[in-house]
Amino acid sequence: MLQTRLAPADSILPLTLTGAVAKVYGKTIAGPIDLQVTGHGTTIVLGPNGSGKTTLLRLMHGLQRVRKGSVTWALPDTQARLRQSYVFQSPIMMRRRVADSIAYPLILRGMPRKQARAKAIEWAQEFGLGAALDRPAPVLSGGEKQKLSLARALISGPDILFLDEPCANLDGRATREIETLLARAQAGGTRIVMSTHDMGQARRLASEVVFMLGGKVHETGPAQDFFNGPKTPQAVAFINGDIVE
Amino acid sequence: MNWKSCLLALAASFTLALPVFAKDIKLAVTTSFHNSGLSDVLLPAIKEDLDLTVKLLVVGTGQALRLGQAGDVDAILVHSRQAEEAFLAAGYGTHRREIMYNDFVLIGPKDDPAGIQHAANATEALQKIAQSKQKFVSRGDDSGTHKKERALWKAADLADVSGQSWYRAAGAGMGATLNTASGMNAYVMADRASWLNFGNKGDLALLFAGDPVLFNQYAFIPVNPELHPHVKTALVEKLENWLTGAHAEQLISSYKINGELLFTFNAKP
Amino acid sequence: MKCWGFCRMNEITQGLYEAARLIFSLDSDLLEIVGLSLRVTLTAVVIASAIGLPLGAWLVINRFRFRRATIAVMNALMGLPPVVVGLLVYMLLSRSGPFGVLDLLFTPTAMIIAQVIIILPLIASISHQTIRDLWAEYHDLLISLGASRRQRIMALLWDGRRALLTAMLAGFGRGIGEVGAIMIVGGNIDHSTRVLTTAISLETGKGNFAFAMGLGFVLIGLAVAVNLLIHTLSRTERASVW
Repeated sequence: MLQTRLAPADSILPLTLTGAVAKVYGKTIAGPIDLQVTGHGTTIVLGPNGSGKTTLLRLMHGLQRVRKGSVTWALPDTQARLRQSYVFQSPIMMRRRVADSIAYPLILRGMPRKQARAKAIEWAQEFGLGAALDRPAPVLSGGEKQKLSLARALISGPDILFLDEPCANLDGRATREIETLLARAQAGGTRIVMSTHDMGQARRLASEVVFMLGGKVHETGPAQDFFNGPKTPQAVAFINGDIVE
Repeated sequence: MNWKSCLLALAASFTLALPVFAKDIKLAVTTSFHNSGLSDVLLPAIKEDLDLTVKLLVVGTGQALRLGQAGDVDAILVHSRQAEEAFLAAGYGTHRREIMYNDFVLIGPKDDPAGIQHAANATEALQKIAQSKQKFVSRGDDSGTHKKERALWKAADLADVSGQSWYRAAGAGMGATLNTASGMNAYVMADRASWLNFGNKGDLALLFAGDPVLFNQYAFIPVNPELHPHVKTALVEKLENWLTGAHAEQLISSYKINGELLFTFNAKP
Repeated sequence: MKCWGFCRMNEITQGLYEAARLIFSLDSDLLEIVGLSLRVTLTAVVIASAIGLPLGAWLVINRFRFRRATIAVMNALMGLPPVVVGLLVYMLLSRSGPFGVLDLLFTPTAMIIAQVIIILPLIASISHQTIRDLWAEYHDLLISLGASRRQRIMALLWDGRRALLTAMLAGFGRGIGEVGAIMIVGGNIDHSTRVLTTAISLETGKGNFAFAMGLGFVLIGLAVAVNLLIHTLSRTERASVW
């Protein structure tokens, strides 16, 4: 098993959202949201399309500006920025070779190029990309691209990893590979926050669930409680596969 | 990536500084002088006799005078007496030294529709062009040649030709103006040297020449070192002495194109 | 002897012949002129790129008050007439101008300065457009990875290098074929500041159309050769994806 964490004793967690609101062109698209992400495990963000799952993840990661309220880490933002990662729903592939793409976050953090590349090659092999090291990243298959995204996100040893429906466009086999890699990252100590609308995947991975509806956190709690005894009628309907407005 | 290092190497090789030549001076000359080809004979001789590189700036008389005024050249060699005297009066030059003269000629369509071939003098020739309303292309660029042409029209009592439809001001150098005249099959006034060396004669021919008013005096004017202390006065003086000396006389007096003598050396020692 | 179109066709053919003769006889004057043309324009391209490429990228990733105005001015300057640039540089470098003491007028350095001013807006503008598209693609990723402003600019320039090469080649094309500015600030001095375009202008003035045309063909050949060389070195037209 690769060393995932750079093993800092201190962590940027907990992450605290207090009345956080996101707006686009003056219109509120999500919030106000109050939420805390602590400890270990995997938080799965559930909810129908347009419920604000992506916006929540982007708010937490700092890709979406907080218009009201606050999003705070245990450490100052500049430190927190380099100790969190994000995997996008449609992978963003830099116009570089696979190994160079995976090495990029290390180079950004000041690691010498040679050393970064050596480590990236090791990681690529671990992530099943060993045969594609020198291929341009943009020509990879969908599954390979998402594995590259995951390797790139984890190689810097983040305290927390956000994933926005990473398996939405993948087939069963690729999904299973991603899940295995995620389980290993979690075992290595990385906190995971992931949105999905694959209920099966949610049940397999979740230790905690955040159920979003209409841009707000509708219900939240330990995974077991949520799946076995949802408190709100909308959550019940969603788990049963009914249409939730 | 190897192409990057290649580019860098290429860039480095091109940005290296050029060695500075110690003994050189800048001389602004008119297009007509350069077009004569005489400079190709004189410059190597100057290099050999004086070990001096003369950098020629080939421009119109107007620009040559401006370059001298600004101190961007060390001396000028032009042919527009009035403008030269104004230049000296303003203190931009030290003195004016006549070197040689050639002459202006009237060019036109071979069949000469205006019939200037048998005109008694330049005045009559121009009047004939005006009367027959044949197309005439003027430099129109305030150059020495243009100034001379305007003076001739004025002498022929035709000062207002510029408003006429048959009178076309090209606003260009001698070569470009000859090209225009050749394209339009029009009359044009040119210095003999430019005409003889011109390679695009088309249907044009030399129709009128020889009137003494058409003589074209070239003069050498050193730029005033009091205004521009960086001017290489000593080298300019050497050049002036050479241009007015025996070797220059011999070269200028024997310079011919198609068997025709171009310049008459008339420098006073 | 009227010959209408035929004479001109004949001169173009003669031009080709002249070009071939000049090249195959390795005419020393021609080599000198070609060498200076390349030296001036390539140096200008390198300098203009060193400024223009980061400037284009910087304008993409930064938001400030006069950003739109800056971009509009930059785009407008692409069409700046070289003669105007030449005149401006002449007045600055003239002995009677503010930088006269440097004694740079009528030197290759003066020509390089003029060409940098002519090429810079073109390179900055094209690279700005190229990088704007790449930034739209990379924006979220680079922010997510915590890249600093400088690191963002470097990543955009490096990953956009093939498209940026096109910007540089466009700059080269504008520079190598330019005559208005270098005529004024260089002076077209034989064995000193004469380049292909000013030589062509000179020969045209003498009515030596065939010879001028020959030099023109050499110029075209040179531009094609430089483009091919750069494309070969960078493998631009062979790599399949970017």
